[in-house]
Amino acid sequence: MAKPDKLIPKQAMPKLSMEERRKTLKEVALGFSEDLALVEASRCLQCAKPKCVEGCPVNIDIPAFIKLIQERKFEEAIEKIKERNALPAMCGRVCPQENLCQKSCVLGIKGEPVAIGALERFAADYELKKEPITPTGSKCNPTGVKVAVVGSGPFGLTAAADLAKQGFDVTIFEALHEPGGVLIYGIPEFRLPKRVVKAEVEYVKSLGVKIQTDVIIGKTYTLDELFQMGYKAVFIGTGAGAPIFLGIPGENLSGIYSANEFLTRVNLMKAYLFPKYATPVKVGRKVAVIGGGNVAFDSARTALRLGAEKVALVYRRTEAEMPARREEVENAKEEGVEFMCLVNPVRFIGDEAGWVKEMECLRMELGEPDESGRRRPIPIKGSEFRIPVDTVIVAIGTRVNPLIQKTAPLLKTDKHGHLVVDDYGRTSMKFVYAGGDITSGTATVIEAMKAGKRTVQAFCEDLQKSE
Amino acid sequence: MNDIVSAKELAPNIKQFEILAPPVATKVRPGHFVVLQTEEEGERIPLTVVDSNPEKGTVTLVFLEIGASTKKLGKLKQGNRILHFVGPLGNPSEIEKFGQVVCVGGGIGAAAIYPIVKALKAAGNRVISIIGARNKDLLIYEEELRKVSDELYVTTDDGSKGRHGFVSDVLKELLEKGIPIDRVIAVGPAVMMKVISNLTKPFRVKTIVSLNPIMVDATGMCGCCRVYVSGETKFACVDGPEFDGHQVDFDNLLARLRTYVEEEKLSHQMLEKGEG
Repeated sequence: MAKPDKLIPKQAMPKLSMEERRKTLKEVALGFSEDLALVEASRCLQCAKPKCVEGCPVNIDIPAFIKLIQERKFEEAIEKIKERNALPAMCGRVCPQENLCQKSCVLGIKGEPVAIGALERFAADYELKKEPITPTGSKCNPTGVKVAVVGSGPFGLTAAADLAKQGFDVTIFEALHEPGGVLIYGIPEFRLPKRVVKAEVEYVKSLGVKIQTDVIIGKTYTLDELFQMGYKAVFIGTGAGAPIFLGIPGENLSGIYSANEFLTRVNLMKAYLFPKYATPVKVGRKVAVIGGGNVAFDSARTALRLGAEKVALVYRRTEAEMPARREEVENAKEEGVEFMCLVNPVRFIGDEAGWVKEMECLRMELGEPDESGRRRPIPIKGSEFRIPVDTVIVAIGTRVNPLIQKTAPLLKTDKHGHLVVDDYGRTSMKFVYAGGDITSGTATVIEAMKAGKRTVQAFCEDLQKSE
Repeated sequence: MNDIVSAKELAPNIKQFEILAPPVATKVRPGHFVVLQTEEEGERIPLTVVDSNPEKGTVTLVFLEIGASTKKLGKLKQGNRILHFVGPLGNPSEIEKFGQVVCVGGGIGAAAIYPIVKALKAAGNRVISIIGARNKDLLIYEEELRKVSDELYVTTDDGSKGRHGFVSDVLKELLEKGIPIDRVIAVGPAVMMKVISNLTKPFRVKTIVSLNPIMVDATGMCGCCRVYVSGETKFACVDGPEFDGHQVDFDNLLARLRTYVEEEKLSHQMLEKGEG
């Protein structure tokens, strides 16, 4: 075993060749080889009071799993992770570790933190390579109590896994025809391959969780009906699925997509394989993506891969304020996405057939910080200019989809439509819990997972009290 | 679940399926639609529910085999299973006692207005139905509608049956005659709904149309089906599909419906060549 040595530099993860990145949707970050993982793991100082564990929203015992990697006990390493996290292969890829566990790593004070995310992914991928996946969590005695989970995104899968481990009889109801929620329809293949999502969904199923797709709670069944059907509790993780548009003239011209639509067509419906897959998508030569978050970057990089000659990312603040992960910003730059910062669209101009052909924009400057702490963009008078576009993708955020709330008047919501919950995810209805974007607005996969775990704890306590 | 209990050809390229879907059958109301998908590579196809039988647990759909996806759907037979079937979707029709209501169904819209006519009749309205098709062979739901309507007018574009002309010609006459009409409900091709809405506007007769924009998820997630209603963006899947026809921007709807014309052609050619 290598001795912990902080002088070893952080190991970089190998990436797919640029040629392939421009032409295919293959995963960009290739993951650590065994050798790289061992070197990187050797950098961990095994702190007596590890700060990284506190930095992790689901409190994975990070030093312990890294130690197991150091000892080449890869299977035990993944078991250690799965004690706290049912979806490690996903989290290893899309979790913003740089702002969480790695931000707290003591090595980061003077140099680079341990690449915890990459190591988590290594351990998870090691297990995924072996078939079939077997559940690692020991099942408690089945309680026989039926519980329902609404939505199969990160919150739903995590809550379901924890509930199943506690011995509950869990059914997930998913509105779409494939489980995974935003992990399937939103995050592209090159960042999170579908096989990884599918494998982790299979893992959750292997814990005894049943998944019913094509069922919309609020439409097919109401919340009340779920209780009548014998479910003791309902966990709502329906996300913030409804797209926000700019609300400017010309926005409904053909060729203008919400990022949700564009990504759903490509990821869920596999429009990149049209006509083998029946759902089409139109990517013109010149594409403008509006926004600066991860979804904007996912859209821009997808458009490039689908053959766009020029993809401009139009953002009203500067690169420093972009909410997207640094890594993705760099990837996009490498791939040739152009940045148009301090620019805001004000209207779209179409041709005779109703297709978008130009976008009129205003230049912006930064003023005083706003509620988000970021400097507020202010339009510069008279700075209008136009850019030619064939396709526009609007990625300025999402809001709550009120499908469930509409048929559950007792469910309290705030003015944005988010479900009102206490610190443990309890809603205003007894035995109804919620977490993820339906409660908090757009956040991260890992925050939704943390909420998933917390609501299960709350439910177990509530159940004991009621008995 | 999702089995095709019966399959029938109502007219050339117009099929009717009765599908076993008990949760949807118990919930569905006039105006609702469902989404179905026939294979993993397939599209999500939105279709209006025409009838339901909660005891049998079935819902009835009528569709025109117009593109590659609906042609593939039409190849399925009794006993086959629909891969994915979800619903009910959208908002149900507003059913109240309005007085005298004219329901207009163009093409397969004749089937789509059937549940609405039935419900309006049951709610105590006097219902005049007008249905039309290109020719007599393509007329559907005539007998069904005759049973539930107080009056039924039939038109064909070529005059092979009923009145020679369009559904709008009959409505125009009724309006000009000055018979009291408290509401018009029109379901059919977008162009027909546009013509009907333009026709009733000067008469100030409230006109409801059931819009059919392109959809993907049909649950409010993608915004593909967005339409301008009173100048505001609405999602047909969750805010509609029924809207006040006088407030709808039909030209925008028609333009958006043409978004994938080239791709539709390509899919069709593939299907013809047997590669689809």
